[in-house]
Amino acid sequence: METIKNYFFNDMVVMLGRSMRHIFRSLDTIITVTIMPIAMMLLFVYVLGGAIQTGTKNYVDYLLPGILLIAIANSAGYVSYRLFLDKQRGIFERFNSMPIARSAALWGHVLTSLVSNAISLVVIVLVALLMGFRSPAGILSWLAVAGILALFTLTLTWIAAIPGLSAKTVDGAGVIAYPIHFLPLISSAFVPTKSMPGPVRAFAEHQPVTPIVETIRALLSNRPAGNEIWVALAWCVGIMLLAYVFAVRVYKKRA
Amino acid sequence: MYHNEIAISVQGLKKSYKNIPVLTGVDFQVKTGSIFALLGSNGSGKTTIVKILTTLLKQDSGSATVNGFDLTSKPGNVRQSISLTGQFAAVDEILTGRENLAMIARLRHLKNPGEVADDLLNRFGLTDAADRKASTYSGGMRRRLDIAMSLVGRSPLIFLDEPTTGLDPEARIEVWKMVRELATNGTTVFLTTQYLDEAEHLADRIAILHEGRIIVSGTLGELKKLFPPAQVEYIEKQPTLEEIFLAIIGKKEKN
Repeated sequence: METIKNYFFNDMVVMLGRSMRHIFRSLDTIITVTIMPIAMMLLFVYVLGGAIQTGTKNYVDYLLPGILLIAIANSAGYVSYRLFLDKQRGIFERFNSMPIARSAALWGHVLTSLVSNAISLVVIVLVALLMGFRSPAGILSWLAVAGILALFTLTLTWIAAIPGLSAKTVDGAGVIAYPIHFLPLISSAFVPTKSMPGPVRAFAEHQPVTPIVETIRALLSNRPAGNEIWVALAWCVGIMLLAYVFAVRVYKKRA
Repeated sequence: MYHNEIAISVQGLKKSYKNIPVLTGVDFQVKTGSIFALLGSNGSGKTTIVKILTTLLKQDSGSATVNGFDLTSKPGNVRQSISLTGQFAAVDEILTGRENLAMIARLRHLKNPGEVADDLLNRFGLTDAADRKASTYSGGMRRRLDIAMSLVGRSPLIFLDEPTTGLDPEARIEVWKMVRELATNGTTVFLTTQYLDEAEHLADRIAILHEGRIIVSGTLGELKKLFPPAQVEYIEKQPTLEEIFLAIIGKKEKN
């Protein structure tokens, strides 16, 4: 009877397997988190790219960090949606009345978000390589990029968990998706902020996505990331901790 | 496994939601191996009792033991000795019937989840539908899968919260048959229902929950004694619509 906790890892693997099946069986998810970002990358590089002045030789080199963040942002809505369905259909009740760790069901979704985003980001980077993306960055810089992307994923996942767990309707659960979609668009993801009019530029330069984009861009082009990396980390860690505390509180109360 | 004559013992259970009292002092006992029906109208607090006894909800005051374990101090042991079939069929719609059962078997840490799943699919007449997504199942099939999932791991005590609500008469009779089989094999069944005939058909003991407390409990015979003796009247017995429906369906199936 004292062995209840020793199964946490095993239970997490079962939960991960379950939600990964959900993702692979949902064409809608695959389109939104992988195909859409790739389509945007093609559109921006081959249609609009010629007219955009970024100061880099290759526009795809400039664009890729933003596309990666958009892919992650697109996946956040699905976290809300799947958590909502599990809560509404009594799946959480079933799991929580079984001898498994209470947090396993919630962490299963979080882990799934990390793993599925990692897969879609690798696919996007491979497509970018085909489109001429090249980076002089070494293994350490790539690891740092992976770390920042994972942190960004975790941050958005915990934010998305809050409406997913507390919403009364499926529309309410998806409410967070739209503002999250918008942040990368009003940042330096596509064009340098210098080209934007005053107020828009002020917003773009002081929201979390711009320093994250700039940090990844610097790491991938072997430039020093400077202050941006600390600003990026502070945004991510600060928001993530806040969202985590709220999400876990809601989970304990509602699920 | 559990050497208790009493599977559930509840004393003075109270619960309010935001100052609205739902349970105002509930007492009852359920004998091991019996079928116990909790009868009450919608909103009478039946589900609240189930949620408290399955550790999903904490009572405001009062105490309860389930399979000899105190609810408050040993919730982990309680969860290890029970199974819950909630009010709405909590099956994973994106997974197939077989995957649903194997998932629960893995979460109960059984050695051969595939065999356990196949065995239950067979017992519940779902072998043909085993590899179809649960979203394609009819209401009755979904409920069967739901109950089958609760039987994974052979818990000695099973909670069924309104197992036949929303089912057609045929599916309802199937569920009754399953419940009787469970009890024959020694499983204790705690069942809530709003249908009087369901309690009458199935239960060894019946308790009626009204305005937050158990107003009467006993065997059907004991409850009948509480009312004035039956008078003998001769009337022509018309078949009920349900009997007509079942007779026609039965004929069709024989053809």
